[in-house]
Amino acid sequence: MPEQTSMRTALNLALRHSLAADERTVVFGQDVGVLGGVFRVTDGLQAEFGARRVFDAPLAESAIVGTSVGLAMHGFRPVPEIQFDGFAYPAVDQLVNQVARMHYRSRGRLPMPITLRLPSFGGIRAPEHHGESLEALFAHVPGLKVVAPSGPGEAYRLLRQAIADPDPVVFLEPKSRYWDKEEFAPGQRPADPVGTCRTVRSGRHCTLVSWGAMTERCRQVAELAAEDGVQLEVLDLRWLKPLDAAGLAESVQRTRRAVVVHEAPLTAGLGAEVSALITERCFDALRAPVQRVGGYDVPTPAGELEDEYLPSIDRILTAVQQTLEHRRG
Amino acid sequence: MSVVPAPTVAELGPPARELYRDMLLTRRLDEECVALQRQGVFPAYAPLLGQEAAQVGAGSVPDLSRDFAFPTYRELGVAVAMRVDPVEYLATHLATWHGGMYDADRCRFAPINAVVGGPVAHAAGWAMGAQLDGTGGVALACFGDGASSEGDVHEAMNFAALHRLPVVFFCQNNQWAISVPNSRQVAGGSVAARAAGYGMPGERVDGNDVLAVRAAVAAAFERARAGEGPTVVEALTYRRGPHSTSDDPARYRCPDEQQDWPDPVPAFARRLVESGELGTAELSEMDTEVAAEVDRIREALRAQPPRPGAEMFSFVYREPTTALLEQQRSWEESRA
Repeated sequence: MPEQTSMRTALNLALRHSLAADERTVVFGQDVGVLGGVFRVTDGLQAEFGARRVFDAPLAESAIVGTSVGLAMHGFRPVPEIQFDGFAYPAVDQLVNQVARMHYRSRGRLPMPITLRLPSFGGIRAPEHHGESLEALFAHVPGLKVVAPSGPGEAYRLLRQAIADPDPVVFLEPKSRYWDKEEFAPGQRPADPVGTCRTVRSGRHCTLVSWGAMTERCRQVAELAAEDGVQLEVLDLRWLKPLDAAGLAESVQRTRRAVVVHEAPLTAGLGAEVSALITERCFDALRAPVQRVGGYDVPTPAGELEDEYLPSIDRILTAVQQTLEHRRG
Repeated sequence: MSVVPAPTVAELGPPARELYRDMLLTRRLDEECVALQRQGVFPAYAPLLGQEAAQVGAGSVPDLSRDFAFPTYRELGVAVAMRVDPVEYLATHLATWHGGMYDADRCRFAPINAVVGGPVAHAAGWAMGAQLDGTGGVALACFGDGASSEGDVHEAMNFAALHRLPVVFFCQNNQWAISVPNSRQVAGGSVAARAAGYGMPGERVDGNDVLAVRAAVAAAFERARAGEGPTVVEALTYRRGPHSTSDDPARYRCPDEQQDWPDPVPAFARRLVESGELGTAELSEMDTEVAAEVDRIREALRAQPPRPGAEMFSFVYREPTTALLEQQRSWEESRA
């Protein structure tokens, strides 16, 4: 029976089921063992599966990712965790120069079925380096896949899918959504193919594209717009590499307008890629330039200013309005 | 930290002859590679001249049925000793394929890696896999005095020591990291001494004595197999040549310096003759045999066909993404 489940619990369940399904799966990272992770996503896993398969790593991000490479070479399916987004930077060398390339460098002989879990994005008034949006950085790297779930059911399905995937996946968990609940039962429906987006709400006037925690915000925007008779289509992109260019085009061919929303700084953010993909495929259909609503080009500010930085409902609505009112010259 | 005494030729037994043959092949091949670079066949090459004893000594230890070595980009001698096909190894210098063309999994020899330090962490992770699977396998992590400054080496050593992992941290201290000498690279003066801080054994050996290196590495492998954890073995050797064919050591070091480091290849030949292990006739026979092998490798390298360009798109993922397939199609159209 579906019951109200938080994303944190859904992720925990996905890890539990992945560990049970494949004995080659190992989970490790800082504080993931006895403590169960700082967000308790790995709660109870060490007790259930033992300290050989679920263990604490020293405070060493590069080694957490680097040892994952070696474990994968030995035939394991590592699911490392880096505790917070901003602490992924020390591991970027291993991710970019090693994880992403080992399959390529070895001409396919050394697959890297690694899923790096990374609590990400803002919205919880966290200290510096605890509220970063790194998706564009990782999506730029050939060999990596990148995914960000938007809620509990999606988190469960996408994490199971990422762990089962034969390629390395960076799994960005929107930490502001950890405690949000929805009705969910594992296995209530199968996962969609890797690299496909999801229609959260159908509409005909404009497509809103987002991922992670911004998906829920866009859904709220669509509800408000509906009160004024504006029907917004909300797409949850979820896979940020590979990107669902066909899915984006299918929607925008119908709505003829698009706004893309993300938490990351605007310049060279993934919104630019989404905008380019839509423009390349829907130029003749478009009634207005694709608008981007992102964070500003500033370091993620402290909690007091976080709401000013993150795309708000008002900012998204304003962008939608500008898009709808645009007249070709 | 301890200093390991070298065994005598007699103590080592039959492999001595094989070790010498591998050292000689490594030396001649290394010389040939520099020539191939001068002839424009290789865009660049990183010679290991002077490190043959260290590399062959360490490379002779892994059991190819269960161990695994993690090289940098200057590991031809380890590759030769581990029976990696030299043509497939040297493909990386031929600019055919980064990482070499050999089957890393089958050869128990990871793809060539230009990020020094990074593979040391892979070795620790692989060793954790061997420990979890209880295979008795041991990882050989190759790095140099330069890489010993990398954070990854510290992280890997700490990780391995905490979990008592079966990994041997094999440092070839060749005195120079491109232009920077040990005195400005290695605080405290010894990589092996650092092992004490992690609570593991650290040993320095004469890296120009193949028997000493082999003995120290073999002892470390035995400890690792017995579940006694990792060891640092620091082989003191000397990079007689440039860092690479693009380098000019005259800008930073005195040529007289190498007199302090006897050439390990002729030194071992003399020792084998003096101990009666090899006669001079056998030595010259071996010279001829190795020269023929080098000829064969050179011709095979020269005969390598260009790789198909479409290979650029292969192996990025297990299955190509839609975007990659589109890009490959566009590349093909651009050449039509």
